[in-house]
Amino acid sequence: MVRAAQRNPSANSVSDRIAGKSLTLAALLVAALILWVVVDVLWQGAGRLSWEFVTTAPSDVGRAGGIAPMLVATMLILAVCLAAATPMAIATAIWLAEFAAAGRALRLSLDVLAGMPSIVFGLFGYVFFVHMLGLGFSILAGGLTLACMVLPVVTRACEESLRALPDGYRLGCAALGVSRAATLWRLQLPAAMPGLAVGIVLGIGRALAETAALLYTSGYVDRMPTSFSDSGRALSIHIFDMSMNVPGGDRGAYGTALVLLVMLIGINAVVFAISTWWSETRLEQA
Amino acid sequence: MTSWLASISPPSRRDRWLQWCLRATAWVVGGILLFLLLFLLREAWPVLRDVGLMPLFDDPSWHPTEGRYNLLPMLAGTLYAAVGALLIAAPLGWACAAYAVYFAPRRLAAWLQKLIALAAGIPSVVYGLWGLVVLVPLIAAYQPPGASLIAAVLVLAVMILPTIILLTESALRSVPRELLHGAAALGLGQWGSLRRVVVPAARSGLLAAMVLAAARALGETMAVLMVAGNVVQFPATVWDPIRTLSANIALEMAYAMDHHRAALFASGLVLALLVIALMLMAACLHSPCPARESRRGRWA
Amino acid sequence: MNHYEQLVPLHAQSRPVVMDADSGRRDYIVTRALSMHYGERQVLRDISLQVAAGRITALIGPSGVGKSSLLACVNRLTDMLPGAHVNGELRVGGVDASHAATDVIALRRRVGMIFQKPNPFPLSIWNNLAFPLREHGVRAKSQLTEAITTALQEVGLWGEVKDRLHAAALSLSGGQQQRLCMARALALQPEALLMDEPCSALDPIAVGVVEELIARLRGRYTMLIVTHNLAQARRLADDVALLWPRDGAGELVEQGPAAHLFDSPRAAVTAAYLRSERI
Repeated sequence: MVRAAQRNPSANSVSDRIAGKSLTLAALLVAALILWVVVDVLWQGAGRLSWEFVTTAPSDVGRAGGIAPMLVATMLILAVCLAAATPMAIATAIWLAEFAAAGRALRLSLDVLAGMPSIVFGLFGYVFFVHMLGLGFSILAGGLTLACMVLPVVTRACEESLRALPDGYRLGCAALGVSRAATLWRLQLPAAMPGLAVGIVLGIGRALAETAALLYTSGYVDRMPTSFSDSGRALSIHIFDMSMNVPGGDRGAYGTALVLLVMLIGINAVVFAISTWWSETRLEQA
Repeated sequence: MTSWLASISPPSRRDRWLQWCLRATAWVVGGILLFLLLFLLREAWPVLRDVGLMPLFDDPSWHPTEGRYNLLPMLAGTLYAAVGALLIAAPLGWACAAYAVYFAPRRLAAWLQKLIALAAGIPSVVYGLWGLVVLVPLIAAYQPPGASLIAAVLVLAVMILPTIILLTESALRSVPRELLHGAAALGLGQWGSLRRVVVPAARSGLLAAMVLAAARALGETMAVLMVAGNVVQFPATVWDPIRTLSANIALEMAYAMDHHRAALFASGLVLALLVIALMLMAACLHSPCPARESRRGRWA
Repeated sequence: MNHYEQLVPLHAQSRPVVMDADSGRRDYIVTRALSMHYGERQVLRDISLQVAAGRITALIGPSGVGKSSLLACVNRLTDMLPGAHVNGELRVGGVDASHAATDVIALRRRVGMIFQKPNPFPLSIWNNLAFPLREHGVRAKSQLTEAITTALQEVGLWGEVKDRLHAAALSLSGGQQQRLCMARALALQPEALLMDEPCSALDPIAVGVVEELIARLRGRYTMLIVTHNLAQARRLADDVALLWPRDGAGELVEQGPAAHLFDSPRAAVTAAYLRSERI
């Protein structure tokens, strides 16, 4: 590659050296900025973190106590979001990758949707799910709003992984008189599983990180939710509320932020492990 | 003799059913965007009908409870914050991506990649928290009040950096190696081939990265809400507080009624249209030749 | 070859006893005035091809002339190809296969296909054969075992893989993979095999093995084999058909018994093509 040119002692070497130095500097700066944020959260959050913090309810508007109800609410919102978004995303991805001759409009609409500000999804969810469908401020409304939001991301990632499969699977199966349904179910989906998992993890990451879309859909209530129609406060909203509305809530906010970060990283790892295992075993039973 | 062939066997009936389901789902998913815009328009309609479009931009101020609906200061705040963030993040992001792709030792590049992927996953509310607790006091120590346009710009810049870097890296990696070998054969150094060969070849990708990051910066709510001060005004300097459109919606939706509420939906619509324009731009940049799109067959 | 009864009903109804009234010759695959377009571009024009039952027919011609496309028409794989349109008549095993309502699944079960590049599925050797069999209704373990064993024996792979049936098919060598793909097709007890340059991606030794196998299957299956290797066509084919491009689309110039076509070609194009390839 370019690196080979490095050894040529020439007039280029001076500008090369300057460029190399300044690009290195830029990369260092970026890394430092990111590390600043991450280490800040680790440092300030670690002091607050304890077993009690994740298993008890908050008291004194969150200054004391833990975040158990928010954890549960977050998980429930995530469950609703995934239950709605995953099948639709995979179905749409299959449609785009395998059947859609005229997929341009659909693809463009997904790309635009992916770029929509989350507050716009919040407005939509507030009107459609909360009021029109009468779900009220609830975990269900919040989860469905998030589902709309993560759909494009998950769909495009799944489509990519289906497209990356060799054509030989599709044509080979067709030539053997295997139906497309069976080809998809027995061969293509298992083979694309790691990619599908990546798409789903991307969606989970988006959903866990989201705040603005939940403000006016799943609500603010910090009680332990007992059903999907209860209002539930997501972790991200808790961080926002503690830092903005509760004087002295910073420590709690940092603790919650750390929990959220750890969850994001942990879920990534777990889903990858599961997907690898799943694709191996499924392919063996096909 | 032909009778058995004319009948459709169970597997192909299953396929037909599958195809029908997939098509229906795809239509629903494709309809979400349209649905979303229609709902925004429907909810914004009262204010557009009774007050009109122009007052949203030339009323004396934003006092929605008194019937004054000027969105301009917040539109300006949104644009200033986004453009400022881009001015910082784009060059830095491009440089970092170029370093990671062409200059970094492999181990370091992998490490950098992981860090950036991590950063891309950090919730915006956490960036906001960092801005609020760390950055704002630093700025306040220099020039009070701290919560300001510059705080918003900096937090947004850090937030969109991973987006720019990841997209730029993939644009750079898609530059064919033959071009690089050609450049090396011509005696161009690393910097020369980067500037003369890679950048022109990847230009549309680099711009697309910037446009997508701009869309993200424009729409960001929480991080900005937490650090920008949220005063409705045209900022005179970067040290002045601002309020963005999205932050305004988040702040006022809770108690907005009637036309006030409709005006908030109208601002949401403005935001949505801005982003749509940017996304269409990115789409044009990304696929200059529609022929490249591989079309898969229909199945009869 | 009377294992697994589930497949038999399909067979019993469809076993072709195709007799061309005029010549007395049994043709398994017949196309009449078949044309094919990819979008606007015509790739095949007015092809009227007869493939005799139980014989090996080689489809020859310069590359890019549409030989593979013609093959894909026969088992309606064209349905899966982007922008492909086919007009004309296609009869396979005596029944019309050119209607939209044609049961392509049943058609493809009767007409196996071998691709240029071996395409085993990312499954075990066993499952590469068992998966399509199960999809066609063979579920009992004993029947699967019998069908798979027979097919692997038929392609001469049994001795090589019988101890590692559950190893990944992709761990086999190229030649073994191609024979596995043939076994996979044969396990469904097809009546015909379409082969798209089945040896072009293999090393010379594997080519020999696969060619030998094809020759051994002569008489049991109707075989249509695409090749641009004339020596291979000479070695294997009973009949030969030559496609030649005119205005960008392939046309059938000449077809007939291999000996006739190679020794005394009727069309000038054929003669020229054979000569040029010999040099």
